[in-house]
Amino acid sequence: MNAEGWKRAFLKTLPVMAGYLVMGAGFGILFRVNGYGPVWALCMSVFLYAGSMQFVGISLLASGASAITVAVTTLLVQARHLFYGLSLVDRYKGAGFKKLYMIHAITDETYSLVCSTEAPEDVKPHAFYFAMSLLDHIYWIAGCVLGNLIGGFLTFDTTGLDFAMTALFVTIFVEQWQSTKEHRPALLGAILALVCLVLFGAENFLIPAMVAITLGLTALWKPLEKGVRSDG
Amino acid sequence: MDNSRAILAICIMAGITFILRSMSFVLFTHGKTPKYISFLGKYLPFSIIGMLVIYCLKNVSLIRSPYGIPEIVAVALVALLHLWKRNTLLSILVGTVSYMLLLHLF
Repeated sequence: MNAEGWKRAFLKTLPVMAGYLVMGAGFGILFRVNGYGPVWALCMSVFLYAGSMQFVGISLLASGASAITVAVTTLLVQARHLFYGLSLVDRYKGAGFKKLYMIHAITDETYSLVCSTEAPEDVKPHAFYFAMSLLDHIYWIAGCVLGNLIGGFLTFDTTGLDFAMTALFVTIFVEQWQSTKEHRPALLGAILALVCLVLFGAENFLIPAMVAITLGLTALWKPLEKGVRSDG
Repeated sequence: MDNSRAILAICIMAGITFILRSMSFVLFTHGKTPKYISFLGKYLPFSIIGMLVIYCLKNVSLIRSPYGIPEIVAVALVALLHLWKRNTLLSILVGTVSYMLLLHLF
């Protein structure tokens, strides 16, 4: 891909750069507070590369969780990636060797960029998606490692810094809410999660909630698809 | 947790995450994606984000002081600021700083 293509990809990913540097730094600082240095932050951001899961990972490491607990928690927190993959199957078809990396680099933000952005006319779509994926990943690594390094020099109270993750999801929720007139899926997700939280408790509600949401959406299959047709 | 156990934990998290990320691509490489799967792929992201907001707030107690007030105020602030300015960085920064200040107040 030419320099112009990279420039376009850079401009598209600017908001993510801002968010990832802040979020990543938040992670890096929290990770340091828990006794893990820059090499650890580098490995987490390169090989795991997941916003919410890295934050959850800190508490797993801090609590000395067993391998089984780590595995089950990862499945619970990351299960949504099953569904991100579903909607990118066609977009990433035929991307060749790049595809393996692009699959690894799927995050909430890269996913929404790839789904909402068309490549410039003179640039191959796969090359453009690859560039956005790589740039986002670099921002995240930079944020995590720099935050970890600087967090060692700054001694301030970091209580509440992890709210950055909540805030990120609230902004995505707001954007999704405004992107469509069909609010039932968003409401369904929040309400069923709340119901399952009350019924199953904070530690066990995510899988029941995902099952309930899938069943709820399935029940709405016909009405939702009908709504799409009448909108169009 | 000693280093070898921590490395193992990170490998498990990274490995399972990659399996989850690649599963759909492995299953639906050939032929057309089933209609039901396409339907879920289209609407689940909306539900999932709603669920993740709740997930982030799962440890907030409404019956113990400070009764979830910092969280409610900060979430409302982020939502309103984002509706107004549509600037992700600004919303996250202002929301997080406000939340940290609120925690000191209550």
